[in-house]
Amino acid sequence: MLQKLRRKFFGIRNSGINPRGFHVSQLQFYVLLLPLSAVMILPIIFIFSHAFKPPEELFAYPPRFFVVNPTFKNFVDLFNRFSASGIPVSRYLFNSISITLVTVTTSIFVSSTAAFVLSKKRFGLKKFLFTVNTVALMFVPIAVTIPRFLIIERLNLLDTFWVHILPMLALPVGLFLIKQFIDGIPDEVIEAAEIDGASDFYIYWNIILPMIRPAIATIAILTFQATWNNAEISNLYITQESLKTFAFYLTTLTATSAGANPVAGQGIAAAASLIMFLPNLIIFLILQSQVMSTMSHSGLK
Amino acid sequence: MQNERLMNLQNPLKRWAVKEGGAYAFLSPYALMFIIFIVAPVLMAALLSFTFFDTIQFPRWIGLKNYIVLLTQDDIFMRYVLPNTIQFAVIVGPGGYALAFILAWMLAQLPRIPRAVFALILYSPSMTSGVAMTVVWQAFFSGDPNGYLNSFLLQLNLIQEPIQWLQSPQYLMPVMIIVTLWSSMGIGFLAMLAGILEINPELYEAASLDGVSSRFQEIFYITIPSMKPQMLFGAVMAIVSTFQAGAIGVTLSGSNPTPQYAGQLIVNHIEDYGFLRYEMGYAAAVSVVLLLMVLFFARVANRLFASED
Repeated sequence: MLQKLRRKFFGIRNSGINPRGFHVSQLQFYVLLLPLSAVMILPIIFIFSHAFKPPEELFAYPPRFFVVNPTFKNFVDLFNRFSASGIPVSRYLFNSISITLVTVTTSIFVSSTAAFVLSKKRFGLKKFLFTVNTVALMFVPIAVTIPRFLIIERLNLLDTFWVHILPMLALPVGLFLIKQFIDGIPDEVIEAAEIDGASDFYIYWNIILPMIRPAIATIAILTFQATWNNAEISNLYITQESLKTFAFYLTTLTATSAGANPVAGQGIAAAASLIMFLPNLIIFLILQSQVMSTMSHSGLK
Repeated sequence: MQNERLMNLQNPLKRWAVKEGGAYAFLSPYALMFIIFIVAPVLMAALLSFTFFDTIQFPRWIGLKNYIVLLTQDDIFMRYVLPNTIQFAVIVGPGGYALAFILAWMLAQLPRIPRAVFALILYSPSMTSGVAMTVVWQAFFSGDPNGYLNSFLLQLNLIQEPIQWLQSPQYLMPVMIIVTLWSSMGIGFLAMLAGILEINPELYEAASLDGVSSRFQEIFYITIPSMKPQMLFGAVMAIVSTFQAGAIGVTLSGSNPTPQYAGQLIVNHIEDYGFLRYEMGYAAAVSVVLLLMVLFFARVANRLFASED
């Protein structure tokens, strides 16, 4: 018994990297991590708490962090609202959901097909193209909003559904992560299938795709976050109100809440923020173990 | 059938199509989007930066004039934008990166379940978007006594009257830095955490036989050298997200330019010239400078963490 306790608290495998159980030496990390995490999670808790506050609590003095009498009033108000140009809020939400679904699905196929050949096929420009993509990891989209605007204008994509989707499909980090992950699949698997006469498409669809689920989950998350949270595209490339996203609608709420009607604005803006944040969290919770297994392939040499 | 196939192979173009065509077909959707939305805009920015372009008339070639003006006459760029960008980038970039590594390292010392919980807490801020958080920050940092921070400090008698956190030049930058650091434990952090966990435990045992005794030595002699690829990936992600986060000042203060240019970063400067003044050529020159800055920092990271082989 004593032996067992001793092993539990002082055993070799309970200290150091990736320990199996508790060890006293871990206390120092808990001491540092607990307060830090508490501070870091405060704003997140606040999103939840704020969204359910009734008006008198939203403007209480002194302000109160946690909600006392939670209510769904803010959400009801939000969905009963129309934007300044007469578009119901549900329309923005519908746009965001459909745009995100199409983008995430398309992005998975676009990146994984490219990653498959960059990893497993032999062709002339292979090395060069992968290097170009690796350099593009450093690409900062926000720097080229203007030329992008000019190109999108030329392609007649302004004010279309597609302008929300197409720019999101070129995601160098997505291609990079999937390619690294496919590198981990032994070449023999592919060669065996080729000898059996399988086509490239068959190999991609029936062998590669089922084996790279974690990588797919990861880029699904990355694309989801980039698309769902995107207000920029609606702001720059869309003038027709009925094509804009929920994220964009939220920016109009926070901008006007300072002026026109701050009392009503705060509550619905808080509710909208929660709606913006929650799907990100849920999807990450579902897919987090897959993400971690992809990240161990993420090294950049 | 077989014969026909052989005939086709005589033709070099067809032979190429059979051998490599499939690969390019798979690649083409991604390549097309990549060219349209990444390569072309970068090239166009480079070209436009040598022109005068007001979106109405066709761009007029003016050589290096935009760059000369940027470096010699753009008072705002030299006095506010560049120093702000450097200050912001140095603290958020390397600072956030070091923090991400230290946190990842500490998490790796914990058993699986608490580690997953902490990782989730630290990562979740990076899932929030600037847009969704505006509500929170406006409530936290509101300038009236009813703002959470002001009310808290007033109650503690640390301040006598409310501070205009987001509107005063003095405080805007620190708030921007804190908010960005808060949300910087993103994908690079996860990559480094995974990298640390992947290291073969025997390396540590071997090292301890070789006389590596403290945890500190372990980090420098074993941990970092064994996970250079992840360190580099994390560094690149840190650099990109630092420069990409440039809109935060405008989001927080609600105006571009930010109050007395206190939170003006290079990204805001581009937007200011491009979309508010319609001097697209000039804005393009600033974009090129921004891209060069990113490239420069990425090269530094490369120097530090490049794998030997």
